Amino acid sequence: MDLKDLYRDVIIDHNRRPRNFGRLDPADAHAEGFNPLCGDRLELYLKLDGERLSDLKFEGKGCAISVASASLMTETLKGKTLAEAQRYFDEVHALLTEPGHVPTLELGKLAALSGVREFPVRVKCASLCWHTLSAALKQQAQPVSTE
Amino acid sequence: MSTAAKRTTGPAQSTPFDVERVRRDFPILSREIAGHPLAYLDNAASSQRPRSVIDAEAHYYAEIHANVHRGVHTLSQLATEAYEGARDSVRRFINAASMREIIFVRGTTEAINLVAQSYARPRLTPGDEILITWLEHHSNIVPWQLLAGQTGARLRVAPINRAGEVDVAALESMLSPRTRLVAVAHISNALGTIVPVRRIITAAHARSIPVLLDGAQAVPHKAVDVRELDCDFYAFSGHKMFAPTGIGVLYGREALLEAMPPWQGGGDMILKVSFEGTTYNALPYKFEAGTPHIAGAVGLGAAIDYVEALGMDRIGAYEHGLLEYATAALRAVPGLHLIGTAAEKASVLSFVLDGIHAHDIGTILDSEGIAIRTGHHCAMPVMDYYGVPATARASLAFYNTRAEIDRLVAALAKAREVFG
Repeated sequence: MDLKDLYRDVIIDHNRRPRNFGRLDPADAHAEGFNPLCGDRLELYLKLDGERLSDLKFEGKGCAISVASASLMTETLKGKTLAEAQRYFDEVHALLTEPGHVPTLELGKLAALSGVREFPVRVKCASLCWHTLSAALKQQAQPVSTE
Repeated sequence: MSTAAKRTTGPAQSTPFDVERVRRDFPILSREIAGHPLAYLDNAASSQRPRSVIDAEAHYYAEIHANVHRGVHTLSQLATEAYEGARDSVRRFINAASMREIIFVRGTTEAINLVAQSYARPRLTPGDEILITWLEHHSNIVPWQLLAGQTGARLRVAPINRAGEVDVAALESMLSPRTRLVAVAHISNALGTIVPVRRIITAAHARSIPVLLDGAQAVPHKAVDVRELDCDFYAFSGHKMFAPTGIGVLYGREALLEAMPPWQGGGDMILKVSFEGTTYNALPYKFEAGTPHIAGAVGLGAAIDYVEALGMDRIGAYEHGLLEYATAALRAVPGLHLIGTAAEKASVLSFVLDGIHAHDIGTILDSEGIAIRTGHHCAMPVMDYYGVPATARASLAFYNTRAEIDRLVAALAKAREVFG
């Protein structure tokens, strides 16, 4: 358990200066993620161009892991198709939960999240935005939680 | 109670508080976390157990256990003696008039639910009011919301000020002809505020309104005398006062308990059962359906012996010194804001740090062996009041030291380093 493994430079940077932070109005899809126990809350807004995620923005308050994860997610998925987004979802899920997982995708900066796996109580922080994305695509009205 | 594990070695009342000696009584305090000595600063969530409590529970299972109030055989009699002995320890500890007023429950939460369902529910009609305060733990909110849903009663909430003190004048003005019960925390778990319950009780009683006190955070830190307080119900948990989990106490004024119907049905709470009807047992057994947590009660009795040997007044004085030290130390941390600055406080320090979420603070402190609580502390209305999603909370017990506070401050500096 090394703190440096959790709070990598990429994570610190994206927490301090979250990319795609803000609101899309109007948005084609929207969902809220809320982990009440730790107090992480985010709103995710999507614009769709057919099967493609043409824009993503988020806002909210949360710990460094949840904010950086949302920032990295929006940066990575902008311009990707829904099918590609699903592959990233599966890949990040494996990265966060499966020891020794060998990536099947070029993860880029998202790979910085791999340190979270060693901190099991923080996995829910990193995965909140991804489950919020999933809820937005399903037009789910209820806030999602990963607690 | 059984004597094998009974603590008789507490330092004399007149000697100075020897914290290093006290720490040796708690086996868990000598373990390491992440390569560092454990600094356990999460006592408001649950405290640790002295060896005497662990031994008392083990001794009970190794030498005594049988069901209580049942058999003529020796073990059943010994188990009953141990269980009822613990009840008498509790009675003495909170100065109740009678053992009939001491009901063993799972914890504070169950005690409050018992009062809500057995005392309040039969009495309430639509438009009646239950009065609580803004600083309550969810355990002293949700049972009343359930009750309101069942009866049409209204839950009213007395305000707090920015320091985290209950606005007692406002509370008094909210006592109405429809108020049927006042339920307040004795000490706030999220803020540490010591609530002026004596004044609240006097005001409520002037209007013949009974008062329940949630004493979960109070009993580990100060002497509680239910007759001096003149409260009608007092609820607390064992696990926050160095006793096992799963055991707690509801104190109720005998006349009120006598008039209340049983809450749960089952064994031990009956005198006679036929299919035509059942005659309920006398107090306190009327409210103790099913085989109770006998070992937990025995452990609670041992915990009471332990803190009484240390002396509640000495514990309070030591903790107060520690609180003042910690308050000054945390106030000196750049960007740190204390949440809860009541004039009368117990040793709880909730805080937020500019630019660093409580959850990240918790993880960084854990890597230094320091255990604190982060989150909403089961008091989400308090978080809403201060406009924060979560706080970090260091809550101290009499086995904590100034050196541990220094480590906390150093670890917060490290958190600042990580986040720049």
